[in-house]
Amino acid sequence: MIGMSARAGAVRPYSARASRRVKTTRKVALNGAGLIVALLVLFPIFWMVSTAFKPATEIYTLTPHPLPAHPTVSNFDQVINGQAAGLGLSFWTFFRNSLFLTLTAVLLASALSLLAAVAVARFRFRLRTSFLIMLLVVQMVPANALVIPLFLDYRSLNLLDSLPGLVLLYAGLALPVSIWLLRNFVATVPKELEEAAALDGASAARIFWRILFPLVWPGLVAVSTLAFITAWNEFVFALTFLSTQAHYTLPIYVQYFFSRNGANWGSIMAASTLYTIPPVVFFLIVQRRMVGGLVAGSVKG
Amino acid sequence: MVDTVGDRQATTAAGSGRAFRGRARPPAASRWQSVTTFIRRHKLAPYLLLVPSLAAIGLVLIWPTLQVGLYSFQNFGEAQIVGTQPATWAGFSNFTTTLRDPEFWLSLRTTVVFAATLVTLTMITGTLVGLLLNRLGRRMAAFVSGAALVAWATPAVSASVIFVWFFSPDGGIVNWALARLPHWLGGGAHWAQYNWATTGPVPAYTIATILVVWQSFPFIAVTVLAGLKSIPSELYESARVDGAGPWQSFRKITYPMLKPIFLVLVLLSVIWDFNVFTQSYVITGALGNRDEYNMALYSYSQAFLQPPQVGLGSAIALILTAILMIITIGYVRANIKQGALA
Repeated sequence: MIGMSARAGAVRPYSARASRRVKTTRKVALNGAGLIVALLVLFPIFWMVSTAFKPATEIYTLTPHPLPAHPTVSNFDQVINGQAAGLGLSFWTFFRNSLFLTLTAVLLASALSLLAAVAVARFRFRLRTSFLIMLLVVQMVPANALVIPLFLDYRSLNLLDSLPGLVLLYAGLALPVSIWLLRNFVATVPKELEEAAALDGASAARIFWRILFPLVWPGLVAVSTLAFITAWNEFVFALTFLSTQAHYTLPIYVQYFFSRNGANWGSIMAASTLYTIPPVVFFLIVQRRMVGGLVAGSVKG
Repeated sequence: MVDTVGDRQATTAAGSGRAFRGRARPPAASRWQSVTTFIRRHKLAPYLLLVPSLAAIGLVLIWPTLQVGLYSFQNFGEAQIVGTQPATWAGFSNFTTTLRDPEFWLSLRTTVVFAATLVTLTMITGTLVGLLLNRLGRRMAAFVSGAALVAWATPAVSASVIFVWFFSPDGGIVNWALARLPHWLGGGAHWAQYNWATTGPVPAYTIATILVVWQSFPFIAVTVLAGLKSIPSELYESARVDGAGPWQSFRKITYPMLKPIFLVLVLLSVIWDFNVFTQSYVITGALGNRDEYNMALYSYSQAFLQPPQVGLGSAIALILTAILMIITIGYVRANIKQGALA
């Protein structure tokens, strides 16, 4: 292929130069389009952060400027010392609640889905197909529809205003997708590898930790990311279940703040910036593994 | 022989505690062994591995789904929530009440128009960005997909608040820009005070549409990109040799090859876009504007605003789920007829 084009270039130098010019123009156009898309996509984030650092006089102005002329951290101060929302509670209270909920839900969902994925990928049993179909059907049920019965169930279990109660809920909501994803990862681990280890006298636990776990790790990253997103973003259940303000998670706090102080945009943007940082950082760290994991899990299907 | 005897003597000499443990070990091990052989003989391992997940899914997803079905045929209000009166069967009355309510039809129209717009726009945007990513160099592609990932990772509440701020009548940049736009492009000073969030379903869901497209196209783009990478490049080369343009090679190669992926993506988008709760809730002002309800908000408000009507809320949720099922089944069947799943 390369040899051919080089020969063509030797015979007709002019057209080769022309085609090279076409190629450069195309490359510039493509990169330009890519740059425009990336900047458009990042603009809302940029605007949020920029507003968060602006003093009030620069926010309520007739001609908005992209960057703050006199950047200030007073908006963040108000959010962190708790003056801004009128709750008297610091941002860190809600941050702690969200962090606890998210981390425990991620651990629970990963552990349970790994066990189930091993069952589905490694064993043939009677209810296997029905279980897989159930996973698909259950995903069709909109989560909002379940708020009503779960509210009543949690009410009778006295779990309504409790964060541990929400952990079980968030893990459960993330499970069907997680099992479905991990199943493919477990299935790609060659069974011979495990059998060889078993012949060498390795125990089931050892086979799990030394062979299965490292190979399934990318899948677990993808699953944890999905569970993280589910729990960190979840709105409707937290909104309905949590009544004590000190139990609010971050999304409820930001929404509450926004609905009470609708015009205090500087502080609202500061609060939502702080709320947005953890998932974005998490994503940028696991980006390559996660995209690979998600794609491998979903497309191979 | 001598050694073992010596050992045994040493153990007995070492004290009663250790000797007891030494003697207790064989029965414990054999009990464990009998458990494992029991599991193996009855092939219980997969079931044991599934039990925790099944329990969680059952408690959190399956049982509540059945309950929604149950409540929608019951008179279930405040008295039943508190427990002073038992629930009574209501036949289809929750459904007839709902179907007679003009608010239901308004919310249904809002939901369907909003979802149709969203699915179309996210699929087109996502596919275009996916195609672009496929042709970019490695570094530029990483930059663009990184930016898209940031949009995807932004929590729904944060994103809603940002976009409401964009469209805010006091200092938002959209109104600022529209007010400066020339008249023949629809601009003018009247935009300065325009309140997008509370003026009605069309302006409110304009915000929601832009917002949800921004948040959900990255998933489509990344999935389409993965599909594109799996298409052998020889196909495109031979098409180019045969004189096919970019549009033709998309229609004749890319689209048919990616059809199964598009099928899944459209289905997922339909399910997601019929159930936009968080963004609608934040933008329309926490259930404040009844004319801006979609079905998710309508169902929620019936069940949780005073007076709580759990039966009605459940009936609406059931109707929404039924609509989704019909769309899904119809869509899958149409695709099977076209041979997409063959």
